[in-house]
Amino acid sequence: MTGAFRTTTGGRIDRARPLSFRFDGRAFTGCAGDTLASALLANGVHLAGRSFKYHRPRGILAAGAEEPNALVGIDRGPGRYAPNLRATQVEIHDGLVAESQNRTPSLRFDIAALADFAAPLIPAGFYYKTFMQPAGWWAKLYEPRIRAAAGLGRAPRGADPDRYTQRYAHCETLVVGAGPAGIAAARAAAARGDRVILCDEQAEPGGSLLAETRARIDGLCAQDWLAAALAELAAEPRVTILPRTTAFGYFAQNFVALAERVTDHLAVPDPNLPRERLWQVRAREVVLATGAIERPLVFPENDRPGIMLADSARTYLARYGVKPGCRALVLAAHDDAYGAALDLAAAGMEIALIVDPRPAADGELPRRAMAAGLPVRMSATVVGTRGRLRVHEAHVGTIGADGGVRGVDVVSCDTLLMSGGWTPSVHLHSQARGKLAFRADLQAFVPGATPQACRSVGACAGEFGLQAALGPATRVEDDPVREGGFAGALPHDRPRARAFVDFQNDVTAKDLTLALREGFRSIEHVKRYTTNGMATDQGKTSNINALAIVAAASGRAIPEVGLTSFRQPYTPVTFGAFAGTSRGELFDPVRTTPIHGWAVAQGAIFEDVGQWKRAHHFPRPGEDMHAAVRRECAAVRARAGIFDASTLGKIEVVGRDAAEFLERLYVNSWKKLEPGRCRYGILLNEAGFVIDDGVIGRLAPDRFHVTTTTGGAARVLSMMEDYVQTEWPDLQIWLTSTTEQWAVIAVQGPKAREILAPLTEGIDLSRDAFAHMAVREGRVAGVPARLFRVSFTGELGFEVNVPAGQGRAVWEAIWEQARRHDAVAYGTETMHVLRAEKGYIIVGQETDGTVVPDDLGLGWAIGKGKRDFVGKRSLSRPDIAAPGRKQLVGLLSADPGHVLDEGAQIVAMRDPPPGTPALGHVTSSYWSATLGRSIALALVADGRARHGQTLFAPMPGGAVPVAVTGPVFHDPEGRSLDG
Amino acid sequence: MLLIACPHCGPRDEAEFVCGGQTHIARPGPPETTSDAQWARYLFERDNPKGLHLERWLHRHGCGQWFNVARDTLTHEVKAVYGLLDTRPDVT
Ligand SMILES: [Zn+2]
Repeated sequence: MTGAFRTTTGGRIDRARPLSFRFDGRAFTGCAGDTLASALLANGVHLAGRSFKYHRPRGILAAGAEEPNALVGIDRGPGRYAPNLRATQVEIHDGLVAESQNRTPSLRFDIAALADFAAPLIPAGFYYKTFMQPAGWWAKLYEPRIRAAAGLGRAPRGADPDRYTQRYAHCETLVVGAGPAGIAAARAAAARGDRVILCDEQAEPGGSLLAETRARIDGLCAQDWLAAALAELAAEPRVTILPRTTAFGYFAQNFVALAERVTDHLAVPDPNLPRERLWQVRAREVVLATGAIERPLVFPENDRPGIMLADSARTYLARYGVKPGCRALVLAAHDDAYGAALDLAAAGMEIALIVDPRPAADGELPRRAMAAGLPVRMSATVVGTRGRLRVHEAHVGTIGADGGVRGVDVVSCDTLLMSGGWTPSVHLHSQARGKLAFRADLQAFVPGATPQACRSVGACAGEFGLQAALGPATRVEDDPVREGGFAGALPHDRPRARAFVDFQNDVTAKDLTLALREGFRSIEHVKRYTTNGMATDQGKTSNINALAIVAAASGRAIPEVGLTSFRQPYTPVTFGAFAGTSRGELFDPVRTTPIHGWAVAQGAIFEDVGQWKRAHHFPRPGEDMHAAVRRECAAVRARAGIFDASTLGKIEVVGRDAAEFLERLYVNSWKKLEPGRCRYGILLNEAGFVIDDGVIGRLAPDRFHVTTTTGGAARVLSMMEDYVQTEWPDLQIWLTSTTEQWAVIAVQGPKAREILAPLTEGIDLSRDAFAHMAVREGRVAGVPARLFRVSFTGELGFEVNVPAGQGRAVWEAIWEQARRHDAVAYGTETMHVLRAEKGYIIVGQETDGTVVPDDLGLGWAIGKGKRDFVGKRSLSRPDIAAPGRKQLVGLLSADPGHVLDEGAQIVAMRDPPPGTPALGHVTSSYWSATLGRSIALALVADGRARHGQTLFAPMPGGAVPVAVTGPVFHDPEGRSLDG
Repeated sequence: MLLIACPHCGPRDEAEFVCGGQTHIARPGPPETTSDAQWARYLFERDNPKGLHLERWLHRHGCGQWFNVARDTLTHEVKAVYGLLDTRPDVT
């Protein structure tokens, strides 16, 4: 036996396969095929959660995705806790562990339920009104307390150990929803040869057919017809059926995102399976067959456990073999509630009374109910209920001709079933930017025109009944027309009573009318003020009732009030599904140079530069970073060092117009640069600001080897392509990224020539034959090389470019020679210090996107007499030509041992009053081994006119006096460049 | 996610492309005859219409080519795809 309320036969659960699970620590037994909700109901448990704001006890309202109350946390072990799942969608398996949420200490006794007694004090907008003052208390006191008391489940702790995958798919027809209308659409699409994807959020396809008890289809009972139809679809090789797959987002041009839950329903998942799979589907046509959601009725105290949607109760019986209670009162504003009463009565449940607010109901189902002897009262409604943890009585009043309610009859019941008719699920249609049309006969919005190739079929289109869903070619018997429907608040005579509209967010009818009284008219504002239709639920059961209440209270028609937006996702999606494999090491690619392995073996400490791993310094045993960098710096200046510069961006610019192209792009002159020579190039954007720099060598009249900053390589190539294609299509040039084709080994220092000489063939390294800023081609260590004579240290320097595949071998050969001269391998920190001693800038450090060449003292690089280049016109814009711009200077702190903080502000006074604008800031700051003191570079207003002045860097420990100098600290005459 | 028909590669997902903003913006010049106001308009001023927008797109993770797209910013409908140097198409 799997619960006292389980029927002995019927339904789609397997009574021979009992499953044990725990809910709030208590052991229960369910059946294979149960959801957590159906298994709890089978055990007589309705109480499943506490409400968001008032902590009221709440039961299971629905049987599907629309469930607002029964939100649970599922614990599958460390890192595998999933909060806020709807118990109606959680399939049970052996060993499932579930817990309720938002209660302390237990579901049956929740101390925060005191909030419920204070409810008259907590109207809509209460938080906005009450917790405004004093300033600062919100973040420190109010918000943490409110968040602890209100809210839903807790977030999981720890890294998620599960695996998630993502797939792209293309099809001619995507059908969302595998109920009767969806199956019919999928069959039609398959018959014309389409590739079809049929997805459904439930464990098994079939939708309403899974709980259909009356109708016969082509002479079969609904479940037999369904089995045959699914078998036929499954046999089609071009049809993909995806159960447990929610279409949660509909994007432009028929791009639909599906979340497939692959393993959560399994007790012991195959470790090779992902937990979830995100499908990104592009479809020629999308057929929405998403069905309809039964509407609750808004009456006083309509939120007690045991109060359910009528058709959901019928679904529990028909599909899961569960009776929701013993004695039901049915509040029927729609004929379908009579069908539910008939089915439940046939299963042995007592129907205490059917209460119908309508003056008359003469449809087929009401007539059958009356013929079956079920007690029915027309023109009546429920004006109140009793029962703390479970409804035990309902108070029924009569609706008079004037609309007022009189008299109260107490009806005892343990279940109250309600139906306000059906709300088509137009969420995806609306996300597809489809328009909506209001149908008064249904009291609901149905899909209108859509700009996408998308159509809605069946109940979600407002076409109810199996015949409409299956189409004329299928013969449907005994599927009577059902009518009715009610939206808004039912009348009652209890002005102080609370009638809930949004169960998940604890919004009552009174809250909505209060919002209107306080001046909110737009439904979007009412939504935000009251929180109706927000959070994970997105108003699935509440939107239409809220609209109708707002419409009635403001004397407008429902279409005039309009609808709030249907936001993605339809139901919550895990972060894991979105992240897919993009996590951990695969979050972002890691780029390493050909010499990386050598640096690792040498014990280098690495830093991330963009996606690159770069050796930051090479500590020897017992050295900290500062000691290593000091040693590396001193060695380079005294003897030599070798440095892996392979990450430099490299672009080969080739073609008849290569020089003309660079002339237009860079600030420098290129046409007269002779083959075999290099130049330091500066690249601006059109706003005139420096965005990249690098040495460019001319190898031939029509061939340039362009280098960029490490981080700028892709950006510069994109910019070049942009100008070639869009501004100057007349130019004949070709651009090739060669960053990863070349390994670059910088050899810097007075011994650089001696280190390279034994390895170099075909290039005369002598000072006269190979001047500073020249480039030659030959062989180094037997490998074809482009050798640049350049220096980013101020010392004699070469950069050896060799094919990346031979980079490590050439590096090791150079290292062999370097060791003979007691040279070092150095990292990026030493490179930074050495260049700062020389006042060489680093784009992105000395520049921040607001710096022009003259600010950096680089005005000399701009080609004289050049009429135009990218950014030139901006250099004469008034703001840029105006005096007072920040200029690059050197700073020497009064205490030579004090290394300034990079980013420190620079001011003219020792103790500036608050609000004093800074003159500038420190851009680079290091300990200089060469100078035996600290140095810094800074951008300071009118800096070049301030050489010799003392300025201040205000720091928490007091202002640091600094002397302004030129930016070149070491060897200003450049004597060392020639070795 | 837009579906964009690259003139060279055919229909591809938006993730392969980069949008370069409004198109048909001529770079003023030469500098000496370009007023500050003209240059500022070129640098900073762009249309932000609700409806038809003519814009540049780059098929970065495909053929690497720039081209023009006429797109409705409200419905995301791609009304025309045309060459970068082509004249504006007859769409509304
Ligand atoms: Zn392309």
